[in-house]
Amino acid sequence: MIARGERAPSPIHRGDCVLVTSTSAPVVADNRPQPGDPLDPDAAISTRGLVKRYGDRAAVDGLDLDIRRGEIFALLGPNGAGKTTTVEVLEGYRKRDGGEVRVLGVDPARGGRRWKAQLGIVLQSGAGDSQLSVRELLTARASYYAEPRDPDEVLELVGLTEKAGARGRTLSGGQRRRLDVALGIVGRPRLLFLDEPTTGFDPEARRQFWALIRSLRDLGTTMLLTTHYLDEAEALADRVGVLARGQLAEVAVPTALGGRGTAPAVVSWTEDGARRTAETATPTAFVRELAGRFPGEVPDLTVARPTLEDVYLKMIGQSPRGVGIAASAGERGAERAAERSEGVQS
Amino acid sequence: MTTAAPERTALPPLGRVYLTRAGVELKEFFRQRESVVFTLVFPVILLLGLGAVLDYDLGAGVDFPQYFMAGVITAGIVGASLQNMAIHIAGERSDGTLKSLRGTPMPASAYFVGKVVQVLAVAVATIVLLLLVGVLVHGIGLPSGTDWMTFAWVSVLGAAACTLLGIVVSTLARNARSASATVTPIALVLQFVSGVFIPFDQVPGWLQDVAAVFPVKWLAQGLRSVFLPDALAAREPAGSWELGTVALVLGVWCVAGLVLCALTFRWQDREG
Repeated sequence: MIARGERAPSPIHRGDCVLVTSTSAPVVADNRPQPGDPLDPDAAISTRGLVKRYGDRAAVDGLDLDIRRGEIFALLGPNGAGKTTTVEVLEGYRKRDGGEVRVLGVDPARGGRRWKAQLGIVLQSGAGDSQLSVRELLTARASYYAEPRDPDEVLELVGLTEKAGARGRTLSGGQRRRLDVALGIVGRPRLLFLDEPTTGFDPEARRQFWALIRSLRDLGTTMLLTTHYLDEAEALADRVGVLARGQLAEVAVPTALGGRGTAPAVVSWTEDGARRTAETATPTAFVRELAGRFPGEVPDLTVARPTLEDVYLKMIGQSPRGVGIAASAGERGAERAAERSEGVQS
Repeated sequence: MTTAAPERTALPPLGRVYLTRAGVELKEFFRQRESVVFTLVFPVILLLGLGAVLDYDLGAGVDFPQYFMAGVITAGIVGASLQNMAIHIAGERSDGTLKSLRGTPMPASAYFVGKVVQVLAVAVATIVLLLLVGVLVHGIGLPSGTDWMTFAWVSVLGAAACTLLGIVVSTLARNARSASATVTPIALVLQFVSGVFIPFDQVPGWLQDVAAVFPVKWLAQGLRSVFLPDALAAREPAGSWELGTVALVLGVWCVAGLVLCALTFRWQDREG
């Protein structure tokens, strides 16, 4: 039992500046449970050999996963990989066909009202076309819980205070999504499920939403997030799991996923009027040597690691770009590459 | 936030959740112009329109508006229960409202209590409106004495059976649109063959037998016993109002509806 407001130990140092050096090992070991391990009684979510079939097709095919209390865990995967199915089994919406599952210590297939009172669920299809005002919807939802948050505080938190009197059906797509989140957290959940919460947001709304998620994390809420957006997983999650064909391809901290932290760096520069690239495990030494060949600045120098997107696409078996990173890093523009090279050099 | 979280396993008292749901359902209905017009105002327009145009003499000094009171109140109750439930619950299932509620500690009973309160409120409002228009515009005679008791139990039992039937239809429908497209003609046909718009003895015999399977016919017949003089009971198929059979058939439909609801109700659209 984690006291509210207290954070479970974070697996990595979090902050705006994440230090990644070319020689460091992944900061935290993958520490995935293995098939046959006992369920973790202290975890917020623990599954062993979870299977869910639709007809002959196994949408989830033997999932072993532990999510710690206080953690933000992002589940990534292409459409049809089993993300929503997995989450809906954990939420108690779907019955599993095999394996063991505990969510807050309870089997979701037998979760009663007391169990549900500890969950917050933000579904993909949100609050319907309601005639009630935003505040009325929140007040009604709050009344189902014994210790709800104050609806007005929740409105403030999601930035809907100005819309408190507006009817649900008149909200824009982004406002509706924030209302969904407000409805999900008004019951003061210990565990919050967020299924693709920022789909349809503009970049500014997404940033605001991320800030909201971080403030909820600071209140001690455990979160399981599914998303299509890799930058979102990278910005928010303590750990990322990649789901492909119903199985976890990998679980890691975002900076170490797919061996990103130790993958060869790609150094690019311009020499004799041509673009040159080199792959190296020791970019610092390489750049030092390179610097010796030029009197001043090395022209158009970039140092890049595979992006989360690169390793993700490789992992789910789509257009693996591998060495192609070199070319694409240059093409993608100096700004992004420069950002990466700063991280490497610092 | 420095205090440790207590075990948050307590739940609010049921009565308070029921009250919340009743409030939610009343606001959802009465704030939606389409449902208010369709369910509340449409029967009034029927009464005004048909009452002014049709002019049969049914004998025993009964004119069409007096006969039609029982029919149009039947239509009002069917609209408030069967059609209202089938269309709006299907809508709430399609747009994710039901699924979202299912993920909260709200007990399922609270959802249905809210719906029952909504049906009762809409049905009572419809009946009051129709009686007012009937008396003020068509000068119909109000029930007297024990007829009020009959009026009450027939209406409640009929509304209950139709509400449960509406919930079942909402589940059988694929979505809100198909629920509306299914239940509206069903309700109209049942009303026609049950003597809502035309005297029941003008309905062909085999159609009367079909109608007798469904609750609408018995609701209409029970209400005719309230608004028509006993002399007209002779024009009913059995030559009497058959109030015992009315209670029996409506009661059986309530039980069957409840069982079907329990067996078929879903909180989300079908999987896959």
